[in-house]
Amino acid sequence: MSEFHRKIERNTIRFVLAIIFVASIGGIVEIAPLFTIKNTVEAAPDMRVYTPLELAGRNIYMREGCYACHSQMIRTLRDEVERYGPYSLAVESQYDHPMLWGSKRTGPDIARLGEKYSDAWHVAHLYNPRDVVPESVMPAYRWLLRNELKIDDLPGHLRAMRDVGVPYTDAMIENAAKDAFGQATPESDAAAGVTERYGAATHMRAFDGNAGRLTEMDALVAYLQILGKLTDAAQKTEQTKIGE
Amino acid sequence: MIARLTVAERQSALLILIVMSFLGLAMAVAGRGTPFGLHGFLVIAASIGVGIPLLRKFYAPEPNPAQFEQYYDDPTKVGIVLAMLWAIAGMFVGVWVAALLAWPDLTIDAAWASFGRLRPIHTSGVIFGFGGNALIATSFHVLQRTSRARLPDQLSPWFVLLGYNLFCIVAATGYMMGVTQSKEYAEPEWYADIWLVIVWVVYFLIYIRTLARRKEPHIYVANWYYMAFILVVAILHIVNNLAVPVSFGGFKSYSAFSGVQDAMTQWWYGHNAVAFFLTAGFLGMLYYYLPKRAGRPIFSYRLSIISFWGITFMYMWAGSHHLHYTALPQWVQTLGMTFSIVLLVPSWASAGNALATLNGAWHKVRDDATLRFMMVAAVFYGISTFEGSFMAIRAVNSLSHYTDWTVGHVHAGALGWVAMITFGSIYALVPWMWKRETMYSARLIEVHFWLALVGTVVYVFAMWNSGIIQGLMWRTYTDSGTLAYSFIDSLVAMHPYYIARAFGGLLFLLGAIVGTYNVLMTIRVAKRERAQSDGGTDVPSYGRDPVLQAGE
Repeated sequence: MSEFHRKIERNTIRFVLAIIFVASIGGIVEIAPLFTIKNTVEAAPDMRVYTPLELAGRNIYMREGCYACHSQMIRTLRDEVERYGPYSLAVESQYDHPMLWGSKRTGPDIARLGEKYSDAWHVAHLYNPRDVVPESVMPAYRWLLRNELKIDDLPGHLRAMRDVGVPYTDAMIENAAKDAFGQATPESDAAAGVTERYGAATHMRAFDGNAGRLTEMDALVAYLQILGKLTDAAQKTEQTKIGE
Repeated sequence: MIARLTVAERQSALLILIVMSFLGLAMAVAGRGTPFGLHGFLVIAASIGVGIPLLRKFYAPEPNPAQFEQYYDDPTKVGIVLAMLWAIAGMFVGVWVAALLAWPDLTIDAAWASFGRLRPIHTSGVIFGFGGNALIATSFHVLQRTSRARLPDQLSPWFVLLGYNLFCIVAATGYMMGVTQSKEYAEPEWYADIWLVIVWVVYFLIYIRTLARRKEPHIYVANWYYMAFILVVAILHIVNNLAVPVSFGGFKSYSAFSGVQDAMTQWWYGHNAVAFFLTAGFLGMLYYYLPKRAGRPIFSYRLSIISFWGITFMYMWAGSHHLHYTALPQWVQTLGMTFSIVLLVPSWASAGNALATLNGAWHKVRDDATLRFMMVAAVFYGISTFEGSFMAIRAVNSLSHYTDWTVGHVHAGALGWVAMITFGSIYALVPWMWKRETMYSARLIEVHFWLALVGTVVYVFAMWNSGIIQGLMWRTYTDSGTLAYSFIDSLVAMHPYYIARAFGGLLFLLGAIVGTYNVLMTIRVAKRERAQSDGGTDVPSYGRDPVLQAGE
């Protein structure tokens, strides 16, 4: 072995190629098949895409680094299913570019947070978590109520999402800014188009409690209320993997 | 330092800075009033900041050709100081966010100061700022000495060092403004990522070109690790950061991958950032500075080979152990667990090789805190790799994952191994670089050593305790078959450990401050001494025995 190696280590290019070859194998074997093996991601015909407002909320979630303390991945363990709900399926994050499964639970998992609490609870909680949960160590996000939501660039966001594979239609892209406004302003003319494009079950309301103004709070709460609600696949599938 | 550049190099440097200023201007115009535009101004400011001292010495005469007979260490010197400054900055933010977890109201109502935005400044600051600068600085030094060849030119090492620091500053300021991809340890957005690729290619070319000029037939083992670090980090960085920008005038992009494929790609990256940034590169340091300081050859050449190729091959399979019991197909989880366990063999081969190298030099370990830093680093390397393999076992992982145990494990590696080997190497390197017998104060090294060791132990024990308690509370059932604790119960139980952790981190930070003071004072004293007499020279040692030889 040593003699063979003495030859390799005398030639820079040979050594470089050897490193690249040896290091590439693991990734190729483990990652490439995930794109080709069909049952890696379950089929879910009812799966819908994020509305522009929810996508904007998701971007705020990422901007504030929420993923550092909250996971969105319920494991196939009995206590997790009992605490948080049915374990997460791959299809549920199919349109998540990038995924936000997380790696740490300083706070609880929120994969199934949607509709668990009222909008008012979320707004109060985000404004100052210790007002509703005295023991909480979560930061207060007061500026979300102060900051107006930027919506004029949302068509570009949807287009980029379509470029990476999310099935947004031309109409969705074209009306992205209007739909963001309409979803949080249900009594406006812009509201009808939202349910038409994203389904009748879409949450239509002033999420921050103030219909007059579209804030970052509107977007973030809209996102939190849709978590785990994009598809019913997890509720419908028999949870056979628990306790492995 | 600038007068030591050739006139042609100074002209090329100016050209690069002008091009960069225009790029910065384009960014500033395209992204008016957004973080992207602010980063444009930052690029302009950085170019001017480097350009002013350059222009001051621009018309200095050509340097004395005698300098080309010596090694080129100026970038290494600056890199050492930058590494120490990043250590203080990154660790300071670490203590800050640790305190926020214990006392969440200890903050101001400003977005940039919230936990979620500060945390990546801590992780990037210590990993990329401190670790990366230390790797670049030491790699230039080790590369030249073990090849007995000078760096191929004097401009590209500066481009790598300063360009890399620009990347770090863009990253850190970006997080404060909410610019992040949210991929852990790969947070910087697309334009910073592209810039890093350019810097990295130049870094790789320096390595290849210097090795091509080497006077040694063999490539020394430390360089194997530095090369694996450069090459594999490039592969990981490019693949994991593939993304589509919303526009070329804004910072936001969307990852090319989604869901389960993105999770696997991210943790293939994430775990191998640990393997090739935080392990391979620092093993390169260990394989040079530890034997040099101990005055003993590496114990076993064969163990070095086993360890190197084992790490290079097997680490790349281990990433999926971050995704046990998730929606990732189980065959991938099982592969990841298997390779993670076998990975213990090459890891302990290196740790054992390092400790066996100290045989016959243990009296030096006792007396010399610098060597003791390196010895403790090797021990922590052994401990944390064992712990890592253990935590990759599915059953163990079901308890440890998502808890503070992971945080404790990371810090056993980052504080105990990465930072300790770096401090040891810097304490060995600084006197060599500034041509002095010793550091300014041996006693301060001793103080730093104990602060670092106690800080690490307090930190790691606090996180072991909190993590295991957390994991157990989440899965405890009452006699009637319901979950015994609410989530908030487990959070309340963490409070004392979060205080202990902040305290441990504070000790470690104090150590880094002491170390930085010691380094800066050594430089100052050395300059004063040099003013009184002219220093010795450090020439490539043609025809002498190799600097280091394997024990076999």
